[in-house]
Amino acid sequence: MGFVSRGFRGKRRDGADSSRVPPGQHVVNDFPVLSAGPTPRVPLSEWTLSIVGEVDEPKRWTWDEFRRLPSESFTVDIHCVTKWSKLDTTWTGVSLATILEQVETAADFAVAYCDGGYTTNLPVDDLTGQQAWIAFEYDGQPLDPEHGGPARLLVPHLYLWKSAKWVRGISLQAEDEPGFWETNGYHNHGDPWREQRYWGD
Amino acid sequence: MARAAVLGRLTWQLGEVAELIQETPRVSSLVIDLPDWPGHLAGQHVDVRLTAEDGYQAQRSYSIASAPEAPRVTLTVERLEDGEVSPYLVGEVRVGDKVELRGPIGGYFVWRAGDARPLLLVAGGSGIVPLMAMIRHHAAAGSAAPVRLLYSSRSIEDVIYKDELAQLVAGDKRVAVAHTLTRMQPSGWDGYGRRIDGEMVGEVAWPKKDGPAVFVCGPTAFVETASGLLVESGYDPAWIRTERFGATGG
Repeated sequence: MGFVSRGFRGKRRDGADSSRVPPGQHVVNDFPVLSAGPTPRVPLSEWTLSIVGEVDEPKRWTWDEFRRLPSESFTVDIHCVTKWSKLDTTWTGVSLATILEQVETAADFAVAYCDGGYTTNLPVDDLTGQQAWIAFEYDGQPLDPEHGGPARLLVPHLYLWKSAKWVRGISLQAEDEPGFWETNGYHNHGDPWREQRYWGD
Repeated sequence: MARAAVLGRLTWQLGEVAELIQETPRVSSLVIDLPDWPGHLAGQHVDVRLTAEDGYQAQRSYSIASAPEAPRVTLTVERLEDGEVSPYLVGEVRVGDKVELRGPIGGYFVWRAGDARPLLLVAGGSGIVPLMAMIRHHAAAGSAAPVRLLYSSRSIEDVIYKDELAQLVAGDKRVAVAHTLTRMQPSGWDGYGRRIDGEMVGEVAWPKKDGPAVFVCGPTAFVETASGLLVESGYDPAWIRTERFGATGG
C-alpha cells in the first residue's frame, strides 16, 4: 500500500457525480478567477475577432458582425488546472466549427491570441466538431470582464487555461507553437481526464 | 540553485514536516524537509496531495513562502473552515508527519533578484505568501532593487509575517511596508484603515516613470481592484503580474 496522510479522511465528492470529476479535481459552486495580469477592457466598438495565418484569406468580424453569426446555448462541465471543477455551466457562443467554416485552411494547429497578450495553442481537431466555442454569455448574462468578457474561447474538454479569456483571434498554423502557460511549465495539450497538468504529465 | 526547475517531469515526493509556525489564528507555516527538492523561484507554488486510508485523494495548490536560498521549503496555509485540505494542514498535521507534494510550479508569477527595477508588491490577506518569498529572496540575495509592499489585512491579528516584515524594514532602507487594516484598527494605529483605493495607491506605488515590476496577489476582488487602480494610474499592464484565489482554495 502506498503513502497515507496520517489523520486525513477528506470530505469526499462534495455530493457530485464522481464520473464527471477528473482525477485530482474537486467540485466548486462559485466561479474562481485566475489570470496572469490586469483585466483588459476594450469597448465593443473597437472589438474585432480575426482568423489569420495559414488561410486562403484572413477573416475579421466586428462585434455586430460576430453577434449575427449563428450562436447556441450549451451546458458543460469546466475544469481548471488549479484543481477546481464546476459542473453544469451554461454559456452562449458561436461554435468554432461555424467560424472555421468561413475559411479554407489545411492547418493542423491553432494559437488563440487575446487582449492583454495572452496566447494558448490547440490542435485544430480540438476546435472542430461542436466542442469549442467563442462564448459571449454566461448563465444568460453578458460575460463579465473578469471571466473573459466580452468574449472568450471555451474548450471545456481541456483544462480551462486553453479557454482563452478576452480572445481576439485565432492564428491557424502548420506547426504547433506553445502559448503562454505552455511555455511556463504547463502541459501542451491539457486533457483533464489524463491529468495533463504540467510538462511531462 | 535558484534556477527554474520546471523543466522535465514534476514527480510526487514525500517531505517531512520539520517545524510548524502559527502565523495568525487561522494561518500556519509548514517548514518541510524535502530530500529531492530541485530548487524554486520566488513566487512559485506546489501541489499538495493528501491520501486517506481507503485511497481517496485530494489535491490543492499552495504558494511557497521561503526564499530560494532557504535550506527548507516553507508553505504558509490559511485554514478555510469549509475546506478539505487546509484544515488538515492547519490543525491536524504535526511535526514529523510526511506530506506529499510536487513542484515547483509556475514560471510567470516569479521575481528574480537580478531584476533591478523598483519592485511593487500588493498583497491582500494570505496573498502575501508568494510575495514574502520575493521579499525574503530580495534580502537573501542582497538585491539593490528598492521594494515597496502594500499589504491589506482585516485586522492586526490577521497580519502574516508581521514581526519579520518589521525587522526587514528596520534593517534595510530599500524595503518599505505600508499596512492597511480594513475591518479593525488597534488604538494608536498609524497605518491605513480602509480598503485599497486610488489615493492609497498614489501614495505607496512607485511613480510610473520608474517603470516598476509589480506583483499583485490576493482574493479576486482585491486583485481586480488593485490592478485596475494601477492601470488607471498610468501603469503599463505589462508591468503587472497577478495571482488570484477565490474562497474555494480549500
